[in-house]
Amino acid sequence: MTFPRKVVREQPTQRGLMGSEKQAILDAEGLQALLTALKARGYRVIGPTLSDQAVIYDDIETLDELPRGWRDEQDGGHYRLVESGEDRFFDFVVGPQSWKKFLHPPQQTLWRARREGEAVTVTPEPAEPERFAFIGVRSCEIHAIAIQDRVLIEGPHADPHYRARRQDNFIVAVNCARAAGTCFCASMNTGPKAESGFDLALTEIDGPEGPLFVAESASAAGEDLLGELPRRPATPEEVAAGTAAVAATARSMGREMPAEDLRDLLLRNLEHPRWEEVAERCLTCANCTMVCPTCFCTSVEDASDLTGQETSRSRRWDSCFTLDYSYIHGGSVRSSTQSRYRQWMTHKLATWHDQFDSSGCVGCGRCITWCPVGIDITEEVRAIRDSERDPVSES
Amino acid sequence: MAAPETAPLDPMAPLVARVTRRHHDAPEVFTLELEPEDPGALAPFAPGQFNMLTVFGVGEVPISFSGDPVDQNRLVHTIRAVGPVSGALTELEPGAAVGLRGPFGVGWPMAEAEGKDVVVVAGGLGLAPLRPALYRLFAERERYGKIVLLYGTRSPDDILFRRELEAWRGRLDAEVEVTVDHAMAAWHGNVGVVTTLIPRCSFDPAQTVALVCGPEVMMRFAIAALMDAGVAADDIYLSMERNMKCAVGFCGHCQFGPVFVCRDGPVFPYARLRGLLALKEL
Repeated sequence: MTFPRKVVREQPTQRGLMGSEKQAILDAEGLQALLTALKARGYRVIGPTLSDQAVIYDDIETLDELPRGWRDEQDGGHYRLVESGEDRFFDFVVGPQSWKKFLHPPQQTLWRARREGEAVTVTPEPAEPERFAFIGVRSCEIHAIAIQDRVLIEGPHADPHYRARRQDNFIVAVNCARAAGTCFCASMNTGPKAESGFDLALTEIDGPEGPLFVAESASAAGEDLLGELPRRPATPEEVAAGTAAVAATARSMGREMPAEDLRDLLLRNLEHPRWEEVAERCLTCANCTMVCPTCFCTSVEDASDLTGQETSRSRRWDSCFTLDYSYIHGGSVRSSTQSRYRQWMTHKLATWHDQFDSSGCVGCGRCITWCPVGIDITEEVRAIRDSERDPVSES
Repeated sequence: MAAPETAPLDPMAPLVARVTRRHHDAPEVFTLELEPEDPGALAPFAPGQFNMLTVFGVGEVPISFSGDPVDQNRLVHTIRAVGPVSGALTELEPGAAVGLRGPFGVGWPMAEAEGKDVVVVAGGLGLAPLRPALYRLFAERERYGKIVLLYGTRSPDDILFRRELEAWRGRLDAEVEVTVDHAMAAWHGNVGVVTTLIPRCSFDPAQTVALVCGPEVMMRFAIAALMDAGVAADDIYLSMERNMKCAVGFCGHCQFGPVFVCRDGPVFPYARLRGLLALKEL
């Protein structure tokens, strides 16, 4: 039995409107028209909303549901939404959730089995295609989606559920006009400007009567849709304003990853004393892996009715920070906190390259923000790197 | 050795197989013979590969093939009852339904071993994943140089596959040694860990492929003894064990440094794992 090694899906073309004369301006009305047009085309439209005092990705229909006028403050172990006093739709950065919530959901039934007499029938859970339109996808998140594609559909085996949810997406990117305190995409080469992997990209700028969006398409679907929207050509000044805003974001990253030689640095320091030091702070709560947009690990759980006639298996997100994750009979392979932190960080930043030809980190900063004790992956790398440079602390 | 293309359309959904025979090998160790309801749906297995076996309503575990690769219709698995799923598997009676996915993974380097001496070092249940390789070695005896099988268990009661061991010991064209860690007076064989047998055997280290399977600590000592004897790291193969939930590289659990044990292994040349095996809790 064969299985296609690569998923067949429409690749965004490069015939987008790249020249400044081809860049269009949408106002708020145009943005609403975008949401309406996507819904009319049968997409389930998902975008940022305000919920539980955080930016949460959820179904949206109108602009009123977007966190207009809100901004996030982020730092190690710190996330607050504040009213910015500015009339902007996308003045926040990334919240605790990522798009993997929709593409690689936290729980997924895999199959159900039914026993009738002696006969047992296994029925795989149908992979249900969903046409997602994601609004406000940041460049780091586009890279994260591409990374999960490599893990879940571009390897020797393909996950039918991920593929069904991924194959017909319409991605509206938003170029970041602000960096949060925990952002470091610039040093990971994953942002802040979306370069590919989207259908439409928007850059929010201030207009005389409210926010405007410099829009460009990067796919046939994006170009078609943009052509339907109320818009006007962008002026060179407007295009320059957008470019300047994104360039300013790149210069104002709250964090920086010492990215040079990162893989080899970590792999030659697998027994560094810093692992023990960080383990004294790490609570192994698994928050970093849950908020990470590339972490893909899962576990499975079987269920049965009381008679054992109906059984099923489901998978759920799992974390390398749990003891159970590495359990083989006799005990867990990684029983100490330091071994589990080391596994997470060296996988993300080092062995991911061996497995999938890229880093597993996109510099979104979520693991820093949502760590209850504020462990900072960039600081941990820097500590190891600096110890090699400083002969006094060399061990 | 490349794994055959075996993935069903949904790589996580098992096929149904039936237990045709159940044999008690040793304390808590049972061998199940399984017959898939749709034999055509399975690719042939190679020595060293494994299946994911499901007890419906309980769970799923990876279990190596332990049967003869010549007989592809009989899927043989030797299982120690160490947890809820393996325990439930060993309690299944003939006729019972089992879920089955596989075969998975990269097996023993049977082709690379041709023309060379083959040293097989097994500890405890580690003989089970090696038995398909041994069947193959003896079935195609003329293709290989010397065959050495060294097998250690904790006690004489734990010795698996006695019938085959006795038959192989009786051959003039193989050296088969069995040792136990602890024994009562009735035991007349070797006592001591299996790795101590390695220096006593005769093989040409420059022309040897070693196949090693057992507890990790035993494999580390076996590697040291084999390398002391002059076998190259490239020619020592070991079968690794890690937690597995999917067997197709999705779940992440079986990572060992850069490798996925399920997909890149479970059998690896030691040269590839060198440096990793020495690290604690990797």
